[in-house]
Amino acid sequence: MNEKVPVIEMRDVTKVFPGVIANDHINLAVHEGEVLGLLGENGAGKSVLMSILYGLYQPTEGEIFVRGKPVAITGPKVAIEQGIGMVHQHFMLVPVFTVAENIVLGDEPITNVGTLNTAKAVNEIKALSEKYNLEVDPHAKIEDISVGMGQRVEILKTMYRGAQVLILDEPTAVLTPQEIKGLFEIMHSLTEAGFPVIFISHKLKELMEVCDRVTVIRRGKMIGTIDIEDASPQILASMMVGRDVVLEVEKKPSQPKEVVLEVENIHAVGLNDLPVLNGVSFKVHAGEIVGIAGVAGNGQSELIEVITGLHKANSGDVRLNNETITNHSAKEIIHKGIATIPEDRHHRGLVLDFSIADNGVLGSHDQPPFARWIQRMFDAIRAYADKFIQEFDVRTPNQEAQVKNLSGGNQQKVIIAREIGRKPDLLIAAQPTRGVDVGAIEFIHRRIIEQRDAGKAVLVISNELDEVMGLSDRILVMFHGEIVGEILAKDATEDELGLYMAGAKRNTPSSPKEVSK
Amino acid sequence: MTTSDESTIKRWRERIMLVVAPFIQQLILPVGAIILALLIGAIFILAIGNNPITAYIALLQGAFGDIFSIGETLEATTPLIFTGLAVAFAFRANMFNIGAEGQFLMGALAATWVGTSLELPSIIHLPLILLAGIIVGGLWGGAAGLLKAIRGVHEVISTIMLNFIAIFFIGYMVTGPMKEESALDIPQTAKMLDTAQLMKIMPPSRLSIGIILAVLVAAFIWWLLWKTTVGYEVRAVGLNFFAAEFGGIKPNYNMFLAMLISGGLAGLGGAVVISGLFLRFQHGFEPGYGFTAIAVALVGGNNPPGVVLAALLFATLSQGALGMQNVAGVPQDIVLIIQALVIFFVAAPQIVWAFPEWIERRREAAQAASEGGQA
Repeated sequence: MNEKVPVIEMRDVTKVFPGVIANDHINLAVHEGEVLGLLGENGAGKSVLMSILYGLYQPTEGEIFVRGKPVAITGPKVAIEQGIGMVHQHFMLVPVFTVAENIVLGDEPITNVGTLNTAKAVNEIKALSEKYNLEVDPHAKIEDISVGMGQRVEILKTMYRGAQVLILDEPTAVLTPQEIKGLFEIMHSLTEAGFPVIFISHKLKELMEVCDRVTVIRRGKMIGTIDIEDASPQILASMMVGRDVVLEVEKKPSQPKEVVLEVENIHAVGLNDLPVLNGVSFKVHAGEIVGIAGVAGNGQSELIEVITGLHKANSGDVRLNNETITNHSAKEIIHKGIATIPEDRHHRGLVLDFSIADNGVLGSHDQPPFARWIQRMFDAIRAYADKFIQEFDVRTPNQEAQVKNLSGGNQQKVIIAREIGRKPDLLIAAQPTRGVDVGAIEFIHRRIIEQRDAGKAVLVISNELDEVMGLSDRILVMFHGEIVGEILAKDATEDELGLYMAGAKRNTPSSPKEVSK
Repeated sequence: MTTSDESTIKRWRERIMLVVAPFIQQLILPVGAIILALLIGAIFILAIGNNPITAYIALLQGAFGDIFSIGETLEATTPLIFTGLAVAFAFRANMFNIGAEGQFLMGALAATWVGTSLELPSIIHLPLILLAGIIVGGLWGGAAGLLKAIRGVHEVISTIMLNFIAIFFIGYMVTGPMKEESALDIPQTAKMLDTAQLMKIMPPSRLSIGIILAVLVAAFIWWLLWKTTVGYEVRAVGLNFFAAEFGGIKPNYNMFLAMLISGGLAGLGGAVVISGLFLRFQHGFEPGYGFTAIAVALVGGNNPPGVVLAALLFATLSQGALGMQNVAGVPQDIVLIIQALVIFFVAAPQIVWAFPEWIERRREAAQAASEGGQA
């Protein structure tokens, strides 16, 4: 296979931004009929490299060859002409247009009188979708279709414009396990038809499953390209991080004790008074980790905000240690003993312009020893910051550094240090490792399990199914604002969880005790 | 010199830089903006056929040439410190208080009423006057804060409206209920009683003890912003509403509080100016301190020490303008151009930052070259 001329080859591509070398002599080649994985941590330079290929950046050095011929890709238009198609992580579709209208947008077939030739568009799309097994409904509106179909629409859009190579940027982040399987089948039928696919991901399991070869980059440098037969998740992880990494979460069996959090029949509405929580009930015991799985946007965010007093519950009850805290103020709830790692650290988690020390006391800033009357006690604040910087291995020149200058992983460590430092009875961890490097993930997971082993109740919410399955002792699945399933983590399989996540299966926990004991 | 001496010196230099560097950092922008503004102002002066150096010397002499001018410049600085602090404090909570003028005027009116209609010993009368200014100014600002906090009314709209309400309400009071009873029928209030006047501290100028109060208040606001939980919460809300809310801080309460304190500062400024300088409220008294305050806060980086310096700068320019016109024959309007340019450069910091960045790049290049040479 390697004898053949690669469809796309990037040779010694270097991209220098002022002060940073984002790509340092990267070599990458993708051949006809293969899936090439591109693996690297956040900020390793994957996106920059693909942006160069798609013409969004110009390389400082190096050349790009399409079927052996050197080309200068000066813009996305040139990239499209060269047959390079890119599917972004976030869809670029017009929600109120139909599937067909979205696909032909920018290159519309026109009737004799100058209107959109819908019939022709639909026929062309049908032909394409049958050829590559990309099932879509051309007449459906984008806002009504599933995320998985949205992705197929994006792929068809690039095909319609004559793509010869497909770049998929973190395509699985928003999909259920079943949809991921479907995507992989599509990728196979594309490669069988001769199309090469570049698959960008940091999920090792998926790379192992679908790729023929994987190119790994680390901190802008090319680490190497490995055939999948020679690879294992362990090998890929250590190539990506540069050292050995513990991938499996190691933990002892849980010993659940008394109920700490009890959520009973919570109803709440969101934007435009649309219902977002429809009677959610569950319990979390001391000494156990309960995970909530589900596709993003099924009420998980609102559930956390209701528990932490940031979103109003219309009915129902939230009890902490048998004391009602429903719709109490955020401040009261913090002081009652709930600590929360919020799902978006830039939105809720941190005041980015504050120093590490100031962020470290957010929420307890007006409590002793950090304050006496209204006077802030800087000796205590500084001592506390120094302590957690060391304990949580926050990489920073000093505690006065503004949090916005830290890496994502270190920012997350500041939040986790702060929240665990409250010595809570209940720790809520929402997307605790989103956008965090593998090394930091391992560290954060260990800290969360430590809390459980110390007898705290822990509630984990994550869009990463692996994370929920790895951390939890008991898993709840949310769908359309309800808990539709409850499974012990040791019995859970990805397939079963996927069915719950897609709303195709239900086992409403009639008696939670029965399941948890 | 031995190597150990050199390393000691180096260590000390590093220590000093650690303390001094942040201040210098904060000063680069406003000082750079002033220098650029003066340079461009010089082009204008040249264009109308005058010597910019003579003009600027005349300006400085007009502002600081003798005791009288120094006193007058400082007196002009006083209200700008109060209103500048008012705008700056609200800015810290991400609130744009356009209404410092109205709060200032309402505070001044309240002070006038207390100072003309109550007869008390000075030691009670003066604090009461200042308190009246704080309370009424605070209510005026707090009203906008309350509207924002409970109904989401944008503070820019409400404070502009409150300015008009203040001006017309004052017009009514000064021509009606509070009008001085005299044969001349001038629309003005009675004069502040003797017990209601602030002490003069630099005769023959009109400088009152108000300037000292202004600096003390600036120090207090600095303490409040940086050393207390009140300032921490206000700043947190201003920088990230949602993270503050998450941390148990009540964003709406803090926005209201910031406007209350902001209005109180402006109102106090009004009280100080009435009891220290004008001594009565005349119809049509709209000095514009509340609007200049926005520029003062901007140039002062919304930080109390910066606000004091910026207030001094703007007072110097406006006091010196007359001297420049009389001595050097340069129209005092040039000063308005310079003021506008200072604001422009502070608001467009990239232009000013280009210079230190250029110096930094050159230094780095030189360092790289010397290191390369060593290796």
